[in-house]
Amino acid sequence: MRNRLTAVVALTALLGLTACGGDSAESDGPVTLRMTTWSANEAHLKLFNEIAAEYTATNPDVAGITFDPIPFESYTTTLTTQIAGGNPPDLAWVLENSAPDFVTSGALVPLDDTLKGTEGYGFDELAPAATKLWQADGKLYAYPFSTSPFGVFVNTDLVKSSGAQSPAELIAAGQWTWQNALTTAKAVQAETGKAGLVVRDFDYKGWDFLSTVWTGWGAQAWSEDGRTCGFNSAEMVEAMTVLHRGIFVDKALPGPGTTADFFAGDAGMTITQISRASLLEGQKFGWDLVPLPAGPKGEYAVIGQGGMGVLKQGRNAEAAADFLAYLTNPANSAKLAQFFPPPRTSLLTAETLAKTNPLLSPEQLQEVVIDGIADGVVKPSHTGQAELNQAVRAALDPLWRPDADVRGVLDGVCTAINPLLAK
Amino acid sequence: MSVLTRDTVGRAGDRSAPGGAAPHRRGWWTTRRRDQLAGLLFVAPQLAGSVLFVLIPLGLVFWYSLHEWNVLAGTFEFVGPGNYQAMADDPNLPSVLRVTALFSIGLVAFNLSLALLLAVLLNQRLRGTVVFRTLFFSPVVVSLVAWTIVWGFLLQDNGGVNGALGVAGVDGPNWLRGDWTALLSVIVVQVVKNVGLNMVLFLAALQGVPAELYEAARVEGANAWTRFRRITVPLISPTILLTSIITVVGSLQVFAQIAVLTQGGPGTSTTVLVYYLYQRAFQFHQFGYGATLSVLLFLIVLVLTVVQWRMRRKWVFHEQ
Repeated sequence: MRNRLTAVVALTALLGLTACGGDSAESDGPVTLRMTTWSANEAHLKLFNEIAAEYTATNPDVAGITFDPIPFESYTTTLTTQIAGGNPPDLAWVLENSAPDFVTSGALVPLDDTLKGTEGYGFDELAPAATKLWQADGKLYAYPFSTSPFGVFVNTDLVKSSGAQSPAELIAAGQWTWQNALTTAKAVQAETGKAGLVVRDFDYKGWDFLSTVWTGWGAQAWSEDGRTCGFNSAEMVEAMTVLHRGIFVDKALPGPGTTADFFAGDAGMTITQISRASLLEGQKFGWDLVPLPAGPKGEYAVIGQGGMGVLKQGRNAEAAADFLAYLTNPANSAKLAQFFPPPRTSLLTAETLAKTNPLLSPEQLQEVVIDGIADGVVKPSHTGQAELNQAVRAALDPLWRPDADVRGVLDGVCTAINPLLAK
Repeated sequence: MSVLTRDTVGRAGDRSAPGGAAPHRRGWWTTRRRDQLAGLLFVAPQLAGSVLFVLIPLGLVFWYSLHEWNVLAGTFEFVGPGNYQAMADDPNLPSVLRVTALFSIGLVAFNLSLALLLAVLLNQRLRGTVVFRTLFFSPVVVSLVAWTIVWGFLLQDNGGVNGALGVAGVDGPNWLRGDWTALLSVIVVQVVKNVGLNMVLFLAALQGVPAELYEAARVEGANAWTRFRRITVPLISPTILLTSIITVVGSLQVFAQIAVLTQGGPGTSTTVLVYYLYQRAFQFHQFGYGATLSVLLFLIVLVLTVVQWRMRRKWVFHEQ
């Protein structure tokens, strides 16, 4: 009886495994490609589908291309789970903070040969500042389809009703500094009861968004080579002290556990990427877009990036690389530029960008987008970023209390992450 | 009849079958085999489900725990007990286990005592008890994530809970940002969500306690507390055992509430074992080590369940 039962269990298990196992071999017929994205924006997907339709019309080997949006918050986790589950997409968007992990691990296919081999591709016009993060050993592993600088969006109605000097006035007077920005934010909070300045997506968890602040002091999360912690440097301590005072003394920034959405009219100013400008369409309040305020080290810019790569573990890597070359060729890059600032120097002109970004003025495009991409520092990233993220977040938490010892907490951050940086 | 074995019953059945085949000619297809097959067919769906969704994943988790699995690079290398050694040396694990123990003890104690209290209160023959029973049970059927998100808003510094406290003149803390208030908040959110289920089980048990026992005790002069301690608790002890096993196991598997409300923070004050293994496996891409932590979680749940089951003889009615 026991033997027979064992046999039944084994047979069931075998059947189950057989049923679970997919067909991993590359088929001979036309293939279907899948690309994961973190944008479910209808306009974005419409454009992608149009480009995909043009591609499949002339490439009978590819039957179709699907775009698979994954929520931004859990994007990388979901993507790696799909890979672990044996269901990797053929192409994937990669966030800048996971770029080192994806680029150095061998997860992505090098693209140089395919892109350079595509007629009329113009590989040499990709801005080196934009491609730097996506290269290893002289090879490009992902195409930086979006190089989006951070700027300050201003609710001009709220600032006006607070009676404070507006960022535009401060810029005109050559006084657009962090000190004055925080004074304006404090006035907005005090006079209108709304939030002053919101560092969007920070929410006391996404600490890497604070690089849009501390870069003004010349501070860095870690050194260029990624080996030395920068959190307890004098510049970082100064920047964080100003930020801490802004939050807990001046109330210029909303405190932890308080939400305020600029795009819903709940804040005077917000620091975010210019690609969020689309959220302003149809807004009732007056708004402006200005560069980040100058810090003690002068003017600066910070950029966030998104790359598109071909996964080595995907089933149709060759076809996927070919489609990537088509999707990012000069003609299609120009179309994508209406949503994502492109890495191609020929497209990085106020004139070209103005055609596709009707919400932004040529001055805003020049000052925030074009200058930002040229001079920008990319948000912090490192191999093992997820673990570092978690360690920094946990060690920074004691800072977000009114009585925090800023220097002590930042020393604690370095103690926590030094072993990870040394790996 | 009592001395008949299943075989003799089977043979008797065969002899009475039409055609009456002789014992030596009845062949392979005996009644016993037929019964066995029928039995197997009856349990087959459950067996297949258990094998597919419990036994195979369990085996695979153990197998993965012996490997270093780099998802991005696509490498899967056998490291033997390497991950178990890493677990023994993991500097974060003691803190994670301490938080897990605090969380589970708090949740089980609060859940069971509140469920029993509500059940006793709602076991009265008073007007409106049905409404209250429904009210306390309704969170059980609400979507867990939706429930948690709403509580996330309520527990914000400027949220509904502090607003209500403010009306009463109390300056409430920033619930999800303080070390102990964050843990307490997650416990309360989870208890309020699920207490209705245990309450219903307790109610059913309470209604099974014979009224004459209370009457007799009352005649003997026992007060309400003595009646509760000497009659109610012993008679509903099988249900207390059941609810405590369910609640202990459930408390060790709380994940969504922590993922939505605190993400393990502030610091690591709400990083319980199941959330920690999720971080290691799915966020840090350390699937091998994550699997090792899963094995640890499995062993903890197993040991606690076995201990509770063994201890039942000491305190559960009918089990002595």
